[in-house]
Amino acid sequence: MNISRRRLLTTGLAAAGGAAGIALAAKLAERHGLIPPDAGGVYGPGETLTYAAQRLLNRHAAARQFSRNQISEKPFANEVSPLGEEFQRLEGGGFADWRLVVDGMAARPASFSLAEIKNFPSSSHVSMIGCEEGWTYIAEWTGAPLSHILDQVGTLPEVRYVVYRSFQPDWWESIDMADALHPQTLVAYGMNGAELPVPFGGPLRMRVPRQLGYKSVKYITRLTLTDSLKRFGKGLGSAAPEGGYAWYAGI
Amino acid sequence: MNATVPIAASGAPRPRSSAVSDVGVAEPKRHSASVRVTHWLTTIAFLALVITGGEIVLSHPRFYWGETGNVNTRPWLNLHLPSSRDTVPTGYGYVLPDQNGWSRYLHFQAAWLAIATGLFYVLFGIFSGHFRRNLLPVASDLSLKAIGRCFIRRLGLARPRAEEAWSYNLLQRLTYLLVIFVLFPLMIWTGLAMSFGFTAAFPATARLLGGHQTARTLHFLTTILLVLFLLVHILMIVVAGFGQRMRAMITGRADYVRKASPAAGPTEPEPLRRSEP
Repeated sequence: MNISRRRLLTTGLAAAGGAAGIALAAKLAERHGLIPPDAGGVYGPGETLTYAAQRLLNRHAAARQFSRNQISEKPFANEVSPLGEEFQRLEGGGFADWRLVVDGMAARPASFSLAEIKNFPSSSHVSMIGCEEGWTYIAEWTGAPLSHILDQVGTLPEVRYVVYRSFQPDWWESIDMADALHPQTLVAYGMNGAELPVPFGGPLRMRVPRQLGYKSVKYITRLTLTDSLKRFGKGLGSAAPEGGYAWYAGI
Repeated sequence: MNATVPIAASGAPRPRSSAVSDVGVAEPKRHSASVRVTHWLTTIAFLALVITGGEIVLSHPRFYWGETGNVNTRPWLNLHLPSSRDTVPTGYGYVLPDQNGWSRYLHFQAAWLAIATGLFYVLFGIFSGHFRRNLLPVASDLSLKAIGRCFIRRLGLARPRAEEAWSYNLLQRLTYLLVIFVLFPLMIWTGLAMSFGFTAAFPATARLLGGHQTARTLHFLTTILLVLFLLVHILMIVVAGFGQRMRAMITGRADYVRKASPAAGPTEPEPLRRSEP
């Protein structure tokens, strides 16, 4: 092989430039919050590229909305593991005792009843929910914008994520502030003009229409405001990556 | 067909991408380094995408048109495969293990590799003249008769003549153009149209196709076309001489000329004219 000196030089410069470019991009991404909590590991590069690219493209964009006549006649609730006696007791009482605790980095941590949440300004939209398995349905969702609840408790400026937990202890998720403050992100209690049915997540479900259904956790009981996801579970961001699924589910 | 492009000229790259052969004379490369590297990166990405895509389909092996579709609605196409979810009525008495987590992670990582490689390849193809020289059919070749003749020749699994190792035939050119400029872009489009984060920013990607489920169905149908392409591609390589074609795509060398007449040992193939018998 006869590699000329010029070629060696240009290749070397290109490689050094590429490495410096990647290092700079990583630094900028970190500063602008474009690195997902599950960025480590073999699939970290793809996950990071997807999250960063989508956040650069869609930070203020709204999920597709549909007209009411596109609402699915036969939505699919997906299966739910048995919720247990305590849930049945709460359901028997019309969920009057259901509480949503908001804690973490809040000026005024609080615990809201279902009635209090329903008294917050409500928001409705018709959007699609899609499962990572591939199926979809369209429904009208009604709830309190998560941003309003965050305002109520006084979110501290350093908060970067909202962690939310379900009555089902295995289900907990988190979203960044781009989704948490997004006007379509709801703490939903209504579906298609009626109470949110239990199989669909009633009495309270997180609704994050710019991500897959598994981020729209059912039966939410607690929100925790945090500046870092390292302290939660295995530090990967949510239950999804602990089960092998991506934390960011915008794709 | 009476081609006007001399094969050696069309296949032989500029001297810059030449290596020195064992006889000490610059030997033209059949495939430039850019073509070889992008070919194999695409191969890796494609195989990862097909395998993981298949795994993802198994969690819901049913297809629909329009925006919505789920187990409560009638599918347009039911693959009648066992599923990795017990919510799907398959008729099988068992449920496959869930592979969606790593499959989805790897699917999107491989998609990034495919897109980056494809982008580089298309830019290289335009600016190096690769598309113009090696893939665009010669205008005078483009008749149905010529395409038909070429097709029949391929159908008979005739081994290409030695000099054809230096160029793509008409059918190859058209097929590669279809794969590069129609099927791959369609895969990317239909894939992105299924992303809730992407369609938030660009809702038309889903709307223009006719909906989320239409995008998913087209993504699947295009996959079938690409897998068919891969199978025919491999079959044609076996017919043409697996070892030689693989060597050409790995090392860049197509040394049939030297082998054909080792004594004379022309280090550069004669400028040949393509002509179908």
